[in-house]
Amino acid sequence: MSKQRPVTFNHNPLLKRELPAWRPRFVLLALLGCSLALVGRAAYLQGINNAFLQAKGESRYARVIEVPATRGRITDRNGDMLAVSTPVRSVWAIPSDAKLEPADTRKLAALLEMNVAELNDRLSSGRDFVYLKRQLSPDLAERIAELKLPGIHQQQEYRRYYPGGEVTAHMLGFTGVEDKGQEGIELAYEKILAGAPGSRRVIKDRRGQIVEDVESIRPPREGEDVVLSMDGKIQYLAYTALRDAMQEHKAKAGAAVVLDARTGEVLALANAPTFNPNNRSNLTGAQLRNRAFTDAFEPGSVMKPFIVGMALERGKVKPSTVIDTAPGRMTIGTATISDSHRMGALTVAEVIQKSSNIGTVKIALQFSPDEMWHLFEQLGFGAPLNLGFPGETGGRVRPAKSWRPIEQATMSYGHGISMSLIQIARAYMVFARDGELIPLSLTKVDGLPSNGRRVFSPQTVKEMRAMLETVTEAGGTATRAHVAGYRVGGKTGTALKIEGGVYTKKYVASFVGFAPASNPRLVVAVMIDEPTAGGYYAGTVAGPVFSRIMEGSLRTLGVAPDKPLAPLQLARKPGEVATATQARENM
Amino acid sequence: MIRFDALLVALVVASALGVVAAQHHARKLFTELERQQARAHGLEVEWGQLQLEQSTWAAHARVEKLAREKLGMRPPVSAQVIVVEPQS
Repeated sequence: MSKQRPVTFNHNPLLKRELPAWRPRFVLLALLGCSLALVGRAAYLQGINNAFLQAKGESRYARVIEVPATRGRITDRNGDMLAVSTPVRSVWAIPSDAKLEPADTRKLAALLEMNVAELNDRLSSGRDFVYLKRQLSPDLAERIAELKLPGIHQQQEYRRYYPGGEVTAHMLGFTGVEDKGQEGIELAYEKILAGAPGSRRVIKDRRGQIVEDVESIRPPREGEDVVLSMDGKIQYLAYTALRDAMQEHKAKAGAAVVLDARTGEVLALANAPTFNPNNRSNLTGAQLRNRAFTDAFEPGSVMKPFIVGMALERGKVKPSTVIDTAPGRMTIGTATISDSHRMGALTVAEVIQKSSNIGTVKIALQFSPDEMWHLFEQLGFGAPLNLGFPGETGGRVRPAKSWRPIEQATMSYGHGISMSLIQIARAYMVFARDGELIPLSLTKVDGLPSNGRRVFSPQTVKEMRAMLETVTEAGGTATRAHVAGYRVGGKTGTALKIEGGVYTKKYVASFVGFAPASNPRLVVAVMIDEPTAGGYYAGTVAGPVFSRIMEGSLRTLGVAPDKPLAPLQLARKPGEVATATQARENM
Repeated sequence: MIRFDALLVALVVASALGVVAAQHHARKLFTELERQQARAHGLEVEWGQLQLEQSTWAAHARVEKLAREKLGMRPPVSAQVIVVEPQS
């Protein structure tokens, strides 16, 4: 051993470790265990169960956004807008975030056209979400956004506008706040108009900008436009004529229909009372009613031409056959029917011209109930037209087996049977179309329909037209339904109303007719419910409305006159003007 | 050998930078596309609003009122109508 022994503190007994041998091993094992657990967890998250975390991560910046589809427009046959959806904004607030300065509150209230108190009231509500105002114009919304108020937000919505207002209200119907059809065409063509919103997945950066289109989940399907058969001008004419007549006669309600006899298109359909679809607060059921489609009424004498037509068709009578209607009363079973006044012996043509109930009943009773029922069925009475319009009625025609003779008699002049105005208008197409009935259409039709159904022969119709023309001529029941320059045929109907199964003293006045009689182009039907002033006979109430609508419509469509205007002038060469007599020779 | 490695590293770096640049470019283009689509949509909306405005100005009721009251127009009475027939 050397002298210089290094000092080894190891051997210092004070420092001598006297640890049990298991302790370092234990610590080592514990550390190893921990790190193994970490490695295992990491491997689990990274390798085995990584889908969950990846999805979580992606959701921090990937978003599914909805791509809105706009609702299709509705236009008239000339392409004029009748219904357009345009974006509007709704302003909403999170009340707990909206801590506004009084000055800001005043500014906001002024823009929203609200009371400051009302606004404060909404902003202090305990809910998480309150609408401050819905459906604001984009300009206004922009100015509100510029205030940059905390807790005040906006969302985009669509609002439907109807430039035609009350003129087209019943035909178009309207949509709800969610832009879904609720009435009229809006409901009937909901599937076509609505479209479907699409959606796509995108990645947004932290400023909210879309940086990448991940996938298009569903492309939006834009709503398709619907082109109606309606002619805006004719619709306006029909509506104003009806509205004026309603005021003049202080009537409860009214409806008018204009049909194109060549194509079966509905050119106009007006109802009164009406409503403004752009502002639908304080609506009543009476205003919303589309009477032409949904209300069945007893048509009265408007039915007579069909019975006479059938009698001509079967050779039972000729227009010149004389029928004795004296003494103006007739008893069938226990009931008595009568004419408005005594008319004596009438030809069949005069029965139509003067609208004799007894004459018509005498013709009708030559048929069996089955034969009459079959005629009604062929004319489309008793079953809805199925145009897809909501709430369409088919009217009421009882089965022939249950008819008593008196019922068969009254049905021939339009009592004990009911139908809607549009059904009557359509049935009159047989007189306007040489005996054929075609389906009606609410949308524009290209070309002429070929699926007609024959009810009367052209010869019968020719004779009927001549008879119906006499109704508007001197001696007829509706001289005020005549139209200057055109030959017009039609029939009046003045029916008593039933309320609770009993006939009342209230009337429904109607007129259905066609023009020009030489080659009918239009069928117009007018119905005025409960006229209380200025007479109640159809000739004086509904006749002038018919005349006004028919005259304006024929002029709008540019239909050539088939009767000389008195005095009519014909321009053939510049400077030379022909007289009415020459005009007739030239036709 | 080392030179070759350095070359490869340089290529990898260059390619990586290229990817980044392309990605950036794609994003810029996409943002532009978004902007244009939004603009197209906005124009569509504006068109609808203009159509609406047009049909409000051209409403039959308004035209009739103007024609009658401001311009003093009225439908012709039959004596004023001259029918022009095509020469047959």
